[in-house]
Amino acid sequence: MSAPARPRRPGEDPPAVRIALTALALVFLAVLVLVPAAAVVVEALKDGAGLFWKALRDPDALAAVRLTLLVAAIAVPLNAAFGLAAAWSVTRFRFPGKSVLVSLIDLPFGVSPVISGMVTVLLFGAQGWFGPWLSDHGVKVVFAVPGIVLATVFVTFPFVARELIPFMEAQGTEEEEAALVLGAGGWQIFRSVTLPNVKWSLLYGVVLCNARAMGEFGAVSVVSGHIRGVTNTIPLQVEILYGEYQFRAAFAVASLLFVLALVTLVAKKSLEWRQHLARREGARRSPA
Amino acid sequence: MSIEIRGLWKSFGTNTVLKDVSLDVPDGELVALLGPSGCGKTTLLRILAGLETADAGDVRHAGEEISSRSARERNVGLVFQHYALFRHMTVAENVGFALRVRKRPKEEIEARVNELLALVQLDAYRARYPHQLSGGQRQRVALARALATSPRILLLDEPFGALDARVRQELRRWLRRLHDELHVTSVFVTHDQEEAFEVSDRIVLMNQGRIEQVGSPAQVFEEPASPFVMRFLGAVNVFQGHVEGDRAYVQDLEFAAPGGAGRTPAHVFVRPHELEIHRAAVPGSLAATVSRLVPLGAAVRVELTAAGNGALEVELDLRRSEALALAPGDRVHLSPRRVRVFPASADQGDSLTASGL
Repeated sequence: MSAPARPRRPGEDPPAVRIALTALALVFLAVLVLVPAAAVVVEALKDGAGLFWKALRDPDALAAVRLTLLVAAIAVPLNAAFGLAAAWSVTRFRFPGKSVLVSLIDLPFGVSPVISGMVTVLLFGAQGWFGPWLSDHGVKVVFAVPGIVLATVFVTFPFVARELIPFMEAQGTEEEEAALVLGAGGWQIFRSVTLPNVKWSLLYGVVLCNARAMGEFGAVSVVSGHIRGVTNTIPLQVEILYGEYQFRAAFAVASLLFVLALVTLVAKKSLEWRQHLARREGARRSPA
Repeated sequence: MSIEIRGLWKSFGTNTVLKDVSLDVPDGELVALLGPSGCGKTTLLRILAGLETADAGDVRHAGEEISSRSARERNVGLVFQHYALFRHMTVAENVGFALRVRKRPKEEIEARVNELLALVQLDAYRARYPHQLSGGQRQRVALARALATSPRILLLDEPFGALDARVRQELRRWLRRLHDELHVTSVFVTHDQEEAFEVSDRIVLMNQGRIEQVGSPAQVFEEPASPFVMRFLGAVNVFQGHVEGDRAYVQDLEFAAPGGAGRTPAHVFVRPHELEIHRAAVPGSLAATVSRLVPLGAAVRVELTAAGNGALEVELDLRRSEALALAPGDRVHLSPRRVRVFPASADQGDSLTASGL
């Protein structure tokens, strides 16, 4: 006696197909993500927590952490402001060249970061377009912190704008028009209507932008000059240590980036949930 | 406050949406801008609100030119079709918004918000968020919010368009009562003629960027100024005929008509309730065959076909319908009680409205 088979819903795939596809996805995920992630932690802690902490307290490592935080602290707010301004202008106004602007915002996604770094060198380096003028005025951009910030800003500027544009487009302008007719000024409208409505999308963009700003390697590698304790960010420090066969220390510093990834993942998930709620309220608001 | 509009033009790119529109709205009146979608009524309303600027022409409030003033400075109340409530603010915060941005004292805001919430009967919902309210409640919040600064002009853009039929009915009557209480000059956009008839003092019929007719609901219905108005305000039967002198002819039938020079083709319009059905031929009647009977509650719609005219429809009250005891296939005779004749050249044959064509 066998139990009667559960009738299959229309459009449902046979169980074998479902199980096979799910298993394939899980294996992929394990091989490509979970195993490497675990390896970083295991390698970092292989010779005990003492060595791990020692590697992190190394002055060069601490300098790299400080520089990374500094670069992110400059690049992320800049790009948040830029992203808001770009999304605002693209979704609220009609102007010629709008589609060109939207494509340009995506440019850093399409260009290899190494090229972004090289462009910075080309423009601001000693033999670059603005290099001589800058060095005459005692400003050092390439192989110094300003260059690293510039390269990072360039590589990460699409994140916030990309997140906001579709969201603001879907929201429309009615609430802002209502605020205007009710007598609110531009700044009042921005602060009390626009910003609260986009805050979860904005934060989501900021989280992604921050993750990339801290983890950026290619562009920063070109402009940094790898001066230990001065122009090394965390990813560059990891590479140097690895190159010098200091595997324990390399993995210990790398584990910082791994923690960053975990924090980003959690923040991203919770923001996605918030955004989803905000959208659902929006949808309920206008059943059109 | 009265509104005077003179010679307004507006284009979006190559699309001209307002063509030389002039209109007067007397103080305290409730006027409906009625027309099919794309006729320019919403654009006109947005120009009044200051959300669009006209290419030419001017707008005066109580004789004062206001075209140069921004939406922010006009102090008009505006109600949107989809409410446009601030979703992250409570009902009370929404209603008090206009006073908060004007930096009024807290006690004054509090008192005004209470007063307005009482007016729209939402006292109990003051701490709710818009997404916790029904559509009808949201639109009442939007109205209270628009009235917060006691504007002397209230503009409503399809205010009931997003609501279901029963709530729409209730809110229409409620809006009319509210207007009778407040006497604020109001302009309200709709594409629903029933709504316009029920709520407004006067109706402004718009078509393709022009005003076709302005008048009381009875006027525009009884004395339509153009074939468009005739077709837009309900179903109508159209007969092809011609005008000669001051008579109009459809086949063997003859009607009085506005005088025309010589013989010109004309369209003769008859509303379904103004056609009489007879079992036997009477002088001045057309032969037709009943094709279908549609019960509409208190009335019955009779669909017929007539040689040379295609499909026609007649609306009978229940008693008359029972007396006639019609059945599909019956041969009957139709005589119009009232006709309206327009030159065929003036009729664009608007396909948006149901007609007897």
